[in-house]
Amino acid sequence: MASPLDQFQIKPIVSLGKIGNSEIAFTNSSLFMMLVVLAIGLFFMLATAQRSLVPGRLQSFAEMLYEFVANTLKSAAGKEGMQFFPLVFSLFLFVLTANFMGMIPGSFTVTSHIIVTFALAMVVFLTVIAVGFAKHGTHFLGLFVPGGAPALLVPFLVVIEVISFLSRPISLGMRLFANMLAGHIALKVFAGFVVSLGALGIGGILGATLPLGMIVALTALEFLVAFLQAYVFTILTCVYLNDALHPGH
Amino acid sequence: MDAQAAKFLGAGIACLGMGLAAIGVGNIFGNFLSGALRNPSAADSQFGRAFVGAALAEGLGIFALVVALLLLFT
Repeated sequence: MASPLDQFQIKPIVSLGKIGNSEIAFTNSSLFMMLVVLAIGLFFMLATAQRSLVPGRLQSFAEMLYEFVANTLKSAAGKEGMQFFPLVFSLFLFVLTANFMGMIPGSFTVTSHIIVTFALAMVVFLTVIAVGFAKHGTHFLGLFVPGGAPALLVPFLVVIEVISFLSRPISLGMRLFANMLAGHIALKVFAGFVVSLGALGIGGILGATLPLGMIVALTALEFLVAFLQAYVFTILTCVYLNDALHPGH
Repeated sequence: MDAQAAKFLGAGIACLGMGLAAIGVGNIFGNFLSGALRNPSAADSQFGRAFVGAALAEGLGIFALVVALLLLFT
């Protein structure tokens, strides 16, 4: 039987040559990333094709997505945050669609690879640093000095703040990666129980209904987690952008 | 005890931290719910904050997972 980790294997589809010892290839991961972007583009082209005053089903869903992310961004980063709406909306849609596409049996979950989520987190992190320094110059460093702290404690607090700031991209990327990885492994482990119990004969098949029910429940939970992690990624992006826009504590 | 076995034990012990993070996340949502039931009109505006708190609490559990993964795969 296939190991539960087999679903995360990256297989090259078209080899594009080598750089040094590492192969550069168009993999199933890249294929699914392109599919995700294609699906998002196609959906929004279809949804906004009519642009009617009274939205149809597709258009109202697209509007709901827009309003949802816009409200999240406005409540976390204020009105000025809206200039980053394209970035935040793209991140949300990419993560959400990748998570949901991974739920299709036999497909590949792009966000279950740490390099993908870490790259997304680095985009957020570097944007925050660039915007913070561009907008506030050295005042951005005031982010690391908590206001109203006793002078004796300030050096320690600055060290702690710097460490927590630097660990942001790690925790942001790891959270999404670990949730998707753990969920998909749990699904496959329970699926493995069904197969190995079902092979035992009639009593085994009766026993296998229990893990089968568990898979149904876990799949529902995974759909919730897929949405929730996309939301958490988005809201944390908004909170970090708020730090760049308003660095005062 | 050879080094490999100690590594696996260490990874398992590191995973305890994730369970502790689960207590933290449960605490946050439990308190959010009890607050929301007392004052449902204020609940919607604090929904995002509950998630930020949960994400931060979870982040510390994730560091435990990082330690476990480092022990297993390096």
